[in-house]
Amino acid sequence: MSTQLILFFILAVIAILSAIGMLVSKNSVYSAMFLVLNFVTIAVLFLLLNAPFIAMVQVTIYAGAIMVLFLFVIMLLGTDMAAEGISMPWQPPIAILLSGALILEFAFILFFAQQDVLPQIEAISAAFGSPQSIGKLLFNFYLLPFEVTSVLLLVAMVGAIILAQRETG
Amino acid sequence: MTTADLNVALPFIIVAAWACILLVIDLFIPADRKGLTALLAVAGMGFASIPVLLRFEESNRAFNGMIVQDGFSSFLQLLLLGVGVISVALAYDYLQRRKIVKGEYYTLLLFSVSGMVLMAQAGDLIIVFLALELLSVPLYVLSGFAAKSNPESEEAAMKYFLLGAFASGFIVYGIALVYGATGTTEIEAIHNVLISGVSNLGLLTVGAVLILVGLGFKVAVVPFHMWTPDVYDGAPSSVTALMSVGAKAGGFAALLRLFLAGFPEIAANLAPILVGVAALTLIWGNIAAIAQQNIKRMMAYSSISHAGYIFMMLPAIVDSDIAPDAISAALFYLFVYAVSNLGAWGVILALERADGGGLSIDDYAGLGERNPGLALAMALFMLSLIGVPPTAGFIGKFFLFRVVLDANMIGLALVGVITSLISAYYYLRVVVVMYMRSGDPQVRSERWLNATLWLTALGTFLLGIFPGPLLNLASRTGLFGLVP
Amino acid sequence: MTIPTNYFLALSGVLFILGVLGVLIRRNSIVILMSIELMLNSANLAFIAFARAFEAHTGQVLVFFVIAVGAAEVAIGLSMIVSIYRSRGNIDIDQISQLKG
Repeated sequence: MSTQLILFFILAVIAILSAIGMLVSKNSVYSAMFLVLNFVTIAVLFLLLNAPFIAMVQVTIYAGAIMVLFLFVIMLLGTDMAAEGISMPWQPPIAILLSGALILEFAFILFFAQQDVLPQIEAISAAFGSPQSIGKLLFNFYLLPFEVTSVLLLVAMVGAIILAQRETG
Repeated sequence: MTTADLNVALPFIIVAAWACILLVIDLFIPADRKGLTALLAVAGMGFASIPVLLRFEESNRAFNGMIVQDGFSSFLQLLLLGVGVISVALAYDYLQRRKIVKGEYYTLLLFSVSGMVLMAQAGDLIIVFLALELLSVPLYVLSGFAAKSNPESEEAAMKYFLLGAFASGFIVYGIALVYGATGTTEIEAIHNVLISGVSNLGLLTVGAVLILVGLGFKVAVVPFHMWTPDVYDGAPSSVTALMSVGAKAGGFAALLRLFLAGFPEIAANLAPILVGVAALTLIWGNIAAIAQQNIKRMMAYSSISHAGYIFMMLPAIVDSDIAPDAISAALFYLFVYAVSNLGAWGVILALERADGGGLSIDDYAGLGERNPGLALAMALFMLSLIGVPPTAGFIGKFFLFRVVLDANMIGLALVGVITSLISAYYYLRVVVVMYMRSGDPQVRSERWLNATLWLTALGTFLLGIFPGPLLNLASRTGLFGLVP
Repeated sequence: MTIPTNYFLALSGVLFILGVLGVLIRRNSIVILMSIELMLNSANLAFIAFARAFEAHTGQVLVFFVIAVGAAEVAIGLSMIVSIYRSRGNIDIDQISQLKG
C-alpha cells in the first residue's frame, strides 16, 4: 500500500466518523465542531486530488466563514435551545433502512457492476488546479453562471436582512 | 461573450437588473406609495417580454451552451412573465390589507421571476441548479413575509426552506454523478455522450434519479409532496399563488428539457417509476383534497394533483414520435393551469379577511347571492380545474390524455380520467356552498384584483372556446435541436 | 500507485447518505441545516474526484458554484432560525410544524 492510499483511508475514516459525530451529538456546538473537522478533512482530500485552490476555498469559506456563522448563531441562541424529542417513532427506522438500501446500491454500482468504466486517476501536470487555470475557466466559459451566482448572493443578503429586521420594524 | 450571447440572455438580464435597480429606487418611495414599486415591477416584466416576443421562434445557444433559446423557452418565458405580472396585481391589495406593505416584496418577486425565466432557458445542469436556487430563495423569504401578524407564515417559510435546501442537495449530488458518468454538464452534450455509448450508465441512472427526486420536491409530486399543504396554508396567499404556478412551471421546464434533450434513454429505463409516480400523485392528491375544510389546503392538494397530470408527460416523451405532442400538451396545460389557478387564488384573496380568516370553504356560503360576478368567476375556475367543457381546463386535459393514449399507457389514462371525476367532488363542493347555502361573505373589491379576476376568467372561458391560437403556438415550440 | 476514483466516490456516497440521514432523523433545525451542508460537501468531493479523473477543470469550477449556493442557503436559513427563535423560543422542527398531513 502506498502512502497516498494509507493517507486516504485515514482521512476517510476521520471524515465518516466526524460526520457520524455531527449526527449523534446532543449538543449543537459539538455538531458544528465535528462538521468543521469533516470539512477540513475533505479539504485535505481535495489536496490529494490536485485541487489546491479549491482546498483553500473550502477551508476559508466553508470551515471558516460558514461554520463561524453557525457557531455564532448557536452561541446567540444558547446551546440548550432545542431539546431533542423525536415525535415520529417510525421515521428513524425508515431513514436507516432507506440509507442502507442506498449504500448497497452505491456499493453495487461502484465495485461490481461497472468497475472498469469509471475513469482511473493517472499522473497529472503540476499546473492542474492552479488559481490561474480555474480563474480563466470561471470568467470565460462559466461567465453566466458566475453572474447568476452574484445575483443569488445579493438575493440572499436582502432576504436575510428582511427576515432579521422584522422584530424591530 | 458576444452581443449575440447577451441577446439570448436578455429576458433574464432585464428582469434581474431591473430588480437590482428597483431595490435602490424603492428606498426613495415613501411607505404609503408602494403602489409605485408594484407598477415599476410590472413595467420591468413588460420590458423583459419584448425581446421574447421579438425573437419568439428563433433558436440559439449562448454562453457556450449554458443557455439555449427555442420555442419551448420563449413560450415558458412569456407564461412566467405573465404569472409574475398577475402575482404583483394579486399582492398589491392583499399586502395593504394584511399590513405587510414592504417594497422588498416586489423586488424579491422580481428576483424569483428572473430565476424562473432563466430556468426556461437552462441548457446546462449548473444553470438548472442556479436558476432553481434563484427562483426558490426569494420564495423562502416571501413565504415568511406575514410573520409579524401570523406565526404560521414563519413556520411555513422554515419548512419550505429546509425541504427546498434538502431537495437541492439531491440535485447537486445528482449533477455530480451525471458529470462523473459523462464528463460534461451541458444537457445536449450529455445526450451526445450517452448515444455514443462511452458513458457510465449505472452512474448516470443514479444521477438522473437523484435529480428527479430533487425536482420532484420542487414540483410537489407524491411521495415528495408532504411539505405542500403546510407551506401553501401558512404562506401569505399572494405568495402561494406565485408558488403554485411559477415554481411548478420552473420545475417542469427543467424536468421536461432534461429528460427529453438530456437522457431520454434513461427516462425510458425509468418509465415504470415515472408512470408510478404520476399515478400515485394523481390518486393521492385528489383523494386527500376531499377531506380538506380549508380552501388553501384544498388548493394545495389540487396543485399536487395537477402536477400529476403534467407529470404524465414525462413517461410519454420517451417515444420520440410522441415527444413533440407531449411537450406542446404539457406547455398548453401549464398555461391553462396557470390562468385558472391564478384566477381561483384571486377569488381566495378577495375573500380572505384582514385577520387571516375567511379561508374555510364554509366562508364561501352565500357568495352566489351577495356577489354573483365573483361566484360565477369562481365556478368557472373550479370547472376549468376539473376539466369540464367548454372551459380551458377541458382542452388542456383532452390533449394530455390523448398523448397518454398515443403512448399506449392506457392504465395511466384510466387513472387520470377516474381521478378527474373524483376531483369534481371537491371542486364542485365549493360551487355548491357558494350557491346553495346562505351566508354573509365579506368580499374585497379593488381595482387591480378585479382586473386580474376579469382577465383570468376571460382567459379561462376564451381558451376553452378558441384554443386554436395558443395550441398553435404551443405546438410550434420545438426543443433546441430536436424538434423543428 | 494512485487512488482509484471509485474510492473517493464511495466516500462521498457514504457522506451524502449520512447527510440525508441527518436531515431525516434530527429535529433540531440547525443540525438539519448542517446535514444539508454535508450533502453539498459530499457532492463537492465527487466533483473534485471526477475533475481529477477527467483531467478537466470543469468539476473544480462547479464546486465554486455549489459553495456559493451553500453560503446563500446558510445565510437565509440561519436568519430564519434566529427570527423563529425570537418569536417562539425553540427551533424544534416538530413544534414548528403541527403536522396536519
